[in-house]
Amino acid sequence: MTIFEKVEIDKTMNGIRHFSVRHAKSLSVGACLLVIAASFGARAAETNVSADKPTSMRISSSQYRRTIADIFGSSIVITARFEAETRENGLLAIGALNNSVSEDGFERYYEIAKDVAAQVTDKRHRAVLIPCKPKSATAGDEVCARKFLATTGRLLFRRPLKNDEIQALVAVSKDTANKKKDFYAGISTSLIDLLISPDFLFRYRNIEPDPARPGHFRLDSYSKAAILSSFLWNSNPDDLLLKAAENGSLQTDKGLAMQVDRMISSPEIESGVRAFFSDMLGLDQFDVLSKDAKFFPRFTPDAKRDAPEQTLRTIVDHVVDRQGDYRDLFTTRHTFMTRALAALYGVPLVETTDNARPMRWLAYTYPEGDPRAGILSQASFVALYSGAGRTSPTIRGKNFRLNILCQVVPPPPPNVDFSLIQDITNPKFKTVRDRLTAHRSNPTCAGCHRLMDPVGLAFENFDSSGGFRTTENGVPIDTSGEWNGVKFSGPVELTKALHDDPAVTACVARKVFAFASGAMPSGNSAQWKEIQTKFADSHFNFLQLMRAIAVSDLLYSVPETRVSLLEHK
Amino acid sequence: MGKLTDLIGRRRVLKGLLAGGTVSVGLPILDCMLDGNGEAFADTGAPIPVRFATWFWGLGFGEGVWVPKGSGTSYQLPDQMRALEPIRHKLNLFSGSEVFADGNPVATHVTGGQVTMTGRVENKIKYAGSLDCLVSDVIGNGRRFRSLQVTCSGNPVDSWSARKDGTKQLAETSPLALYTRIFGPDFRDPNAAEFTPDPNVMIEKSALTAVTERRNDLMRQLGAGDRAKLDAYFTSVRALETKLQVQLQKPAPMLACVRPGKPPEDDGGVVTLVSDAMARHDLFANLFASALACGQTNVVNLTITEGMSGLRFEGETASHHSLSHEEPIDPALGYQKKCFEYQKVYMKGLLEFASAMDGIKEGDKTMLDRMLIFAYTDHGAPRLHSLHNYPTITVGSAGGRLKTGMHVPHAGQPITRVSLTAMQAMGVPIASFGTGSNQANSAIAEVVV
Repeated sequence: MTIFEKVEIDKTMNGIRHFSVRHAKSLSVGACLLVIAASFGARAAETNVSADKPTSMRISSSQYRRTIADIFGSSIVITARFEAETRENGLLAIGALNNSVSEDGFERYYEIAKDVAAQVTDKRHRAVLIPCKPKSATAGDEVCARKFLATTGRLLFRRPLKNDEIQALVAVSKDTANKKKDFYAGISTSLIDLLISPDFLFRYRNIEPDPARPGHFRLDSYSKAAILSSFLWNSNPDDLLLKAAENGSLQTDKGLAMQVDRMISSPEIESGVRAFFSDMLGLDQFDVLSKDAKFFPRFTPDAKRDAPEQTLRTIVDHVVDRQGDYRDLFTTRHTFMTRALAALYGVPLVETTDNARPMRWLAYTYPEGDPRAGILSQASFVALYSGAGRTSPTIRGKNFRLNILCQVVPPPPPNVDFSLIQDITNPKFKTVRDRLTAHRSNPTCAGCHRLMDPVGLAFENFDSSGGFRTTENGVPIDTSGEWNGVKFSGPVELTKALHDDPAVTACVARKVFAFASGAMPSGNSAQWKEIQTKFADSHFNFLQLMRAIAVSDLLYSVPETRVSLLEHK
Repeated sequence: MGKLTDLIGRRRVLKGLLAGGTVSVGLPILDCMLDGNGEAFADTGAPIPVRFATWFWGLGFGEGVWVPKGSGTSYQLPDQMRALEPIRHKLNLFSGSEVFADGNPVATHVTGGQVTMTGRVENKIKYAGSLDCLVSDVIGNGRRFRSLQVTCSGNPVDSWSARKDGTKQLAETSPLALYTRIFGPDFRDPNAAEFTPDPNVMIEKSALTAVTERRNDLMRQLGAGDRAKLDAYFTSVRALETKLQVQLQKPAPMLACVRPGKPPEDDGGVVTLVSDAMARHDLFANLFASALACGQTNVVNLTITEGMSGLRFEGETASHHSLSHEEPIDPALGYQKKCFEYQKVYMKGLLEFASAMDGIKEGDKTMLDRMLIFAYTDHGAPRLHSLHNYPTITVGSAGGRLKTGMHVPHAGQPITRVSLTAMQAMGVPIASFGTGSNQANSAIAEVVV
């Protein structure tokens, strides 16, 4: 993972503004903050993207898994690995907008498709998943094949299949069935075809003439359904949502609201919430996280597995079950623990499950005033943004700004001498705070490091694994600092100081929109202001933010260039 | 020999039908059909292929004290490269190369590799057209795999490979998974006497054909950006079709091909100890050697880690990357002592990699003689994120097209000249590589035969 993001001034990048290193060198801290603030509110390009910008989004690995489970049931197991997704502007969802499929990636999708198809058509599953019976199991049966492929294809492609599509699939199925003298082998080959098709692997934004506004275009119903289901449920549209698309009600405000409310009230909303926060907090990076077991013996494989889940359970409990204020996520004392995590954090947890059985998740509440409150004190932040052997307040501070405040700090300029940071055995610099203070005395470095280090230093009570400590090299750790003129000591006081900072809620709103659409929203449109107002009026209820975005025309805007393409056809 | 050659000198092709499709089955080619130089198949004149490898290590060699005093063949290998002494006559060391930012923002630990591999300083999202892909466009066709990418770090994004359309080719992280992919159930021994095309492969191809036949229909409905993505998708589909097609044909004999043993269990997860990464490295090196020798691919790519190497020696809390910035320069030695130890380990790895190729005999030469390994890094002196004085190493002569055994001082010159030299040696038809101050218009004459 890079310490610093690449930077450029790029007017086409919506929402998150970046700063050139040239600017950072000459800026004082105050000016740097002003520039960040200005850029944050700056009018970026509208979501009417240029002709060069794609609008289709590649299905994520979690969406793929959810969709297969929703259509075929959870007994269909996917063991193969998907191609890694790439993060852009802090979100995998934005990467999904730009990513296509590499050769290796396609091979992986192909292997996964073969595996899924083999399971769906095996003796255990076929009776349930392929309800019609062929006339003969050793030959093709067009009627039964057509029925299965049309039904399944609609759920996979997020729209009804066209006649010629069904015909082609049925032909492939019949051909294979006759060659292999096995009806189900034929179904398997056609199912593979569906699963490797771009219609499944990508969600497209298709447009049609808008009858309410002659001369204008709108997204078609199926495209809206696809956006809604991937956003709210992290999956493909279910049958009810597809029916709402088919009967046209999704194109009405009332019909759209009805579906959105249905989906938000459903238990499936938890999938959407989890998928969003997993992306926003970078939890996929646990896959490539490693800690030295000699230094951190309590960072066991179980603790590593449980750490991101702890944060997601904390979030779901707060924003879905309790429907609490989003800002309180950073100060909440309520969380969940397993035995492995309790050992990591050093908290007493009474857990009576036998050793041979999976550990249970138990609700846990930190005592009043405990510095370990809030999701940022959990391993999913403090361990994730640390090295294998040492902490890095700079990395923690940088990612705090990026993930929570949508603020990008530029990378260091080349040819900077870091030798001011002495080695850790130097008696003059016993703590990392001492070392970074010396570093920040270099004016070339100070501008950006003053944005990152004080924030990161607030978390220094947490070692690289997330365990709590009070000293470093025998010296008490100082976690004090200042945020917008408010002094704090430790992460909980920092997050309390942040509580009323509008950047916190503005950032999450932008990220939710980008998660849903693949691009940051335009900063100052009336529709965006309406969404922000609804969020604030709901006391920053996260589900209400999702709702406000899901019913807003902004989410379904049509790129101008697509319009001009159609007009010229 | 003459009569025997007459009898079996030509490949006879049997054509037959398989479940409605046609497949070709060739007779095996025996090594008596090689000409006197062991260089070619006697009757067809088809040369043994020249192969290509890229090999990346993070964090360079540090301050300039490593630059050898001599040039040409009379020079002493830098201390961190001493392990490579046994093959010094087969390698070239280029010192002093520059990466020019041309006023663009620099992505530390990224821009250097980006310019070396693509010739451009650009937003990393736009990274496209890497050197290895330009080579595989020329020599990658007709093999099961156009190219292969691996990393020792456990993070699949530690790859510098990207097609011209911008599709990044991520890296395999597990030697066992790589083995299964190359030498698993789909592997066909090119030297086997019998060849029976797998009928399931024909059927698998038909599923792909059904997808590709919808291409025009899909394209019609899309804007330019989505068409480009769909195009990239279909390029990947075609690659798999090609792979399946190759599997349907009897492979040409590869005399040096020996199916390797299965590597140990490895889930390919992230590692941070140097020993773990280099253990993976050695397994990957041997798998690549076998894959090349067995004609499964002609282009392979390995990275030890990303530029900011997070590797540590056991017992160290600081990573190599942290040390590269924080460790003071030893006043007596003139370099960072701990960082030097990492460099030595990586260079020993390069020896292992090259030796794996050198251990494969093909006629009177080795596979290393018939290939080119291009070894590069992210910074010359990473301590200051410097863009100056990059070390680049090539091993092998690209089938006799490059002179070897030389130190080439390249001070002040764009690193892209080294890249261009390598690509031209591999037959890529380009006259220049790179943009702005990083544009290279001529190969390095000292090493070109």
